[in-house]
Amino acid sequence: MRPDLQQKQQGIDVAVLVSIGRHPTTGRARRAEQDARGLELALSMGAELPGTQISVLHAGSQDADSEAALRGYLGMGLESMTLLEQPEGSDAISTLADHLAATSPQLVITGARAERGEGSGLLPYALAEQLGWPLVNGLAAVETVENGVVTLLQALPRGQRRRLKVRLPAIISVDEAGPVARQSAFGPARRATFEVTATTPVADTELAQWHVAPARKRPKRLKIVKAASARDRFKAAASKAEGKGGQILTDVTPEQGAEAIYKLLKEEDVLR
Amino acid sequence: MLETLLPILIFTALALAVIGAVRRIRLWRQGRPSRVNLLKGLVALPRRYLVDLHHVVGRDKMISNTHVATAGGFVAAAALMILVHGLGIANPLLGGLLLLASASMFVGSLFVARRRINPPARLSKGPWMRLPKSLMAFSIGVFLITLPTVGLLPDGLIEGSGSWLLALVLAGVVAWGLGEMFFGMTWGGPMKHAFAGALHLAFHRRAERFSTKKGGAGRSTGLKALNLEDEAAPLGVEKPADFTWNQLLGFDACVQCGRCEAVCPAFAAGQPLNPKKLIQDMVVGMAGGSDAAYAGSPYPGKPIGEHAGTPHGPIVALEGKALVDADTLWSCTTCRACVEECPMMIEHVDAIVDMRRYLTLERGKTPNKGAEVLDNLIATDNPGGFDPGSRLNWAADLNLPLMSDLKQVDVLLWLGDGAFDMRNQRTLRALVKVLRAAEVDFAVLGTEERDSGDVARRLGDEATFQALAKRNIATLSKYRFLQIVTCDPHSFHVLGNEYGELGGHYDVRHHSTFIAELYDAGRLTFSPWKGGSVTYHDPCYLGRYNGEFEAPRNVLKALGIEVKEMERSGFRSRCCGGGGGAPITDIPGERRIPDMRMNDVKESGAELVAVGCPQCTAMLEGVVDASAEVRDIAELVADALVERPTDEASGGSRRPAATTTAEEVIV
Repeated sequence: MRPDLQQKQQGIDVAVLVSIGRHPTTGRARRAEQDARGLELALSMGAELPGTQISVLHAGSQDADSEAALRGYLGMGLESMTLLEQPEGSDAISTLADHLAATSPQLVITGARAERGEGSGLLPYALAEQLGWPLVNGLAAVETVENGVVTLLQALPRGQRRRLKVRLPAIISVDEAGPVARQSAFGPARRATFEVTATTPVADTELAQWHVAPARKRPKRLKIVKAASARDRFKAAASKAEGKGGQILTDVTPEQGAEAIYKLLKEEDVLR
Repeated sequence: MLETLLPILIFTALALAVIGAVRRIRLWRQGRPSRVNLLKGLVALPRRYLVDLHHVVGRDKMISNTHVATAGGFVAAAALMILVHGLGIANPLLGGLLLLASASMFVGSLFVARRRINPPARLSKGPWMRLPKSLMAFSIGVFLITLPTVGLLPDGLIEGSGSWLLALVLAGVVAWGLGEMFFGMTWGGPMKHAFAGALHLAFHRRAERFSTKKGGAGRSTGLKALNLEDEAAPLGVEKPADFTWNQLLGFDACVQCGRCEAVCPAFAAGQPLNPKKLIQDMVVGMAGGSDAAYAGSPYPGKPIGEHAGTPHGPIVALEGKALVDADTLWSCTTCRACVEECPMMIEHVDAIVDMRRYLTLERGKTPNKGAEVLDNLIATDNPGGFDPGSRLNWAADLNLPLMSDLKQVDVLLWLGDGAFDMRNQRTLRALVKVLRAAEVDFAVLGTEERDSGDVARRLGDEATFQALAKRNIATLSKYRFLQIVTCDPHSFHVLGNEYGELGGHYDVRHHSTFIAELYDAGRLTFSPWKGGSVTYHDPCYLGRYNGEFEAPRNVLKALGIEVKEMERSGFRSRCCGGGGGAPITDIPGERRIPDMRMNDVKESGAELVAVGCPQCTAMLEGVVDASAEVRDIAELVADALVERPTDEASGGSRRPAATTTAEEVIV
């Protein structure tokens, strides 16, 4: 970073949305991997841009199990976290949107997908829609913040990066491309406090109608590799399968796009 | 003239020594409180010094005898000098004794001087190089001024009119000696070791380490628990003043003999740790200042003079340099070789773990794979992050009895995290075969078992250790068993020595001990050994931590193996490099510790090295191009097993048949 850029930068208010994660092997509550990466991103922003205010939000109920998991975030070096208290099964989106609209942070960071609950990955989009803010997904780094414009590095498949300039306020979502979360330390985690804020919970009626069952392992499609040499085998193992027969749709209406996706899903037997 | 000068000199030196002592004590008292029975400690001091400490010093006969002559001579000479020259009690008998004492001290100091000609690298130089001269100055000075007292010299020689110069020179020599011996003792000179060392012995944090008249001389190797209930209690040691006062006192007792440095595996591997320097750094931190005055071997790869600290400043800086760098603390394998060798009974490992605790619990700075391993321990109860439900997968065909079915057995077989390691699974299978051959009534916890917490604790994560320990203790309390047997010395140590403080008291045995007992009871029969020469590698956590040196050797002997001992074996065994989370923190050095150990094996000429620890197996087997095979004792025993003759008499040939039957009745 050039020093003249550094001088123009200023700290901003950042809100990090965190959820309660679920360990893939044991199912124990923990800090969610992607949310922790999002918080790491915010913390490293805070270290680089003095004056950055980080607030951490969680919408959910307060109990011993979830508290232990949430303290996992606090142990990364926070003094407190805002807990928007609402019972299990409430819709987090409206609660978070109300809170964010009221506190108006300039940047909201969230994980791309929750580890429990629906885990549909729609929360960032729903929030962006409700607040009317731009959303950038798959964030790799926040480069600079100048005059209300943030320069971001977005992760694209196969290690590519795209630099984007986004006007604040904005929402950014973090997945595995984000920075690895720092270790959570016991002492700071134990000392940190929860600021419990009462909310008017809205029951998630759609979720209540769903039938939830443990996922079955789906069979993997076999990749047939016809390799004559070690180099070919390596290429086959290291590279993603080249799309065959795929098509890139540009300048189509949403209806046409949806139709193309629907057709593909039918072809692939995902929808019957 | 001397008659007036001497008392002034002596009492000035004594007064200065007292002032220095008060100042030094105030330095120690910066530390946190520690409950020690002061009076009891002082009463026990002579025995601790003469018996326990001497036991360690006596491993080097030359220096031990030198010390007896020098220190004994000095203590006697100092006391007598105060009487004879200080208070003017010119008794010829006292004078004669004083001559004798100072002569003894002089002889001793000659040997001290000889040791300082081309001293080994482990010895500190600097002020220590002048010590033999100071000792000579004191002893010669005292000897000469005492000669007239006993009438061996005409009074006139010194008192004569022309001899004032001689008297002045003598007074100067005595003053030099007094300066070093009295003044230097409490003002930070080399003789500080005598003052701090004596008090350190008296107020030692692990009084159990010392013998009493009733015997004992127990090992005290379990780490002390942090109080996690009290939120105000500090988590580990951030700054020198966070140590307990008697730990600070212990650091001050160091004589810089470098025995720890000579045995430290991390130092030998070129990792940035030197136990002696670490203790000296703690002294520097306690008093405030820089390490520039340190005159011994540095931490490998870290020049002297770049680090400084204060009693209330951080030991490890958040950024840049403070007193010690974090990689120094993370290089330690907690093998306790330094503690075992230390003639001043200093507890290096406790100090290192205390500082690690702060780094992990407060800073969240466990290096390399540390954070991942700790996260795994929290989420899956094992360091590898394996599904806890798969802990017994290796034994799918063995039909192992489960505690949850039996509720009550003689022996609870503790598997340890080796259950997830394919190499250690071979050991476990061998051990199960041996137990079945001996018809032992045993069961396993199966998926109810968790990591013992050893790695978490040594990585400084006391919170995770205590969480694991408490859940293990709760599980164990559901069942009845006579003893726990394990093939993992780390689990053995933690279950046996560290769970007690948290409320779990068990009779734990290493599998080698248990197999030796089974053999002695006539419950195992072995075919004669046909393999090549064998050596035995003592695991630190079995040997130094728990004093079990004999049982594995007895088992090997029972197998018909004559052990070719390595140069460093028994309590001096060299670490495999696998303890203390060292493979996880993985601090780079110039060599690998297991390579050095396999080189020791090679030098012994053995074709096979018997081990008794999953860590040692993994570390030693990881050595490329090794000259010897690595086998666990359980595997050797399982291979040698022969069907026990059904005839009771021949089975019990090593023992009366009646006892054997009684043994089986318990089953």
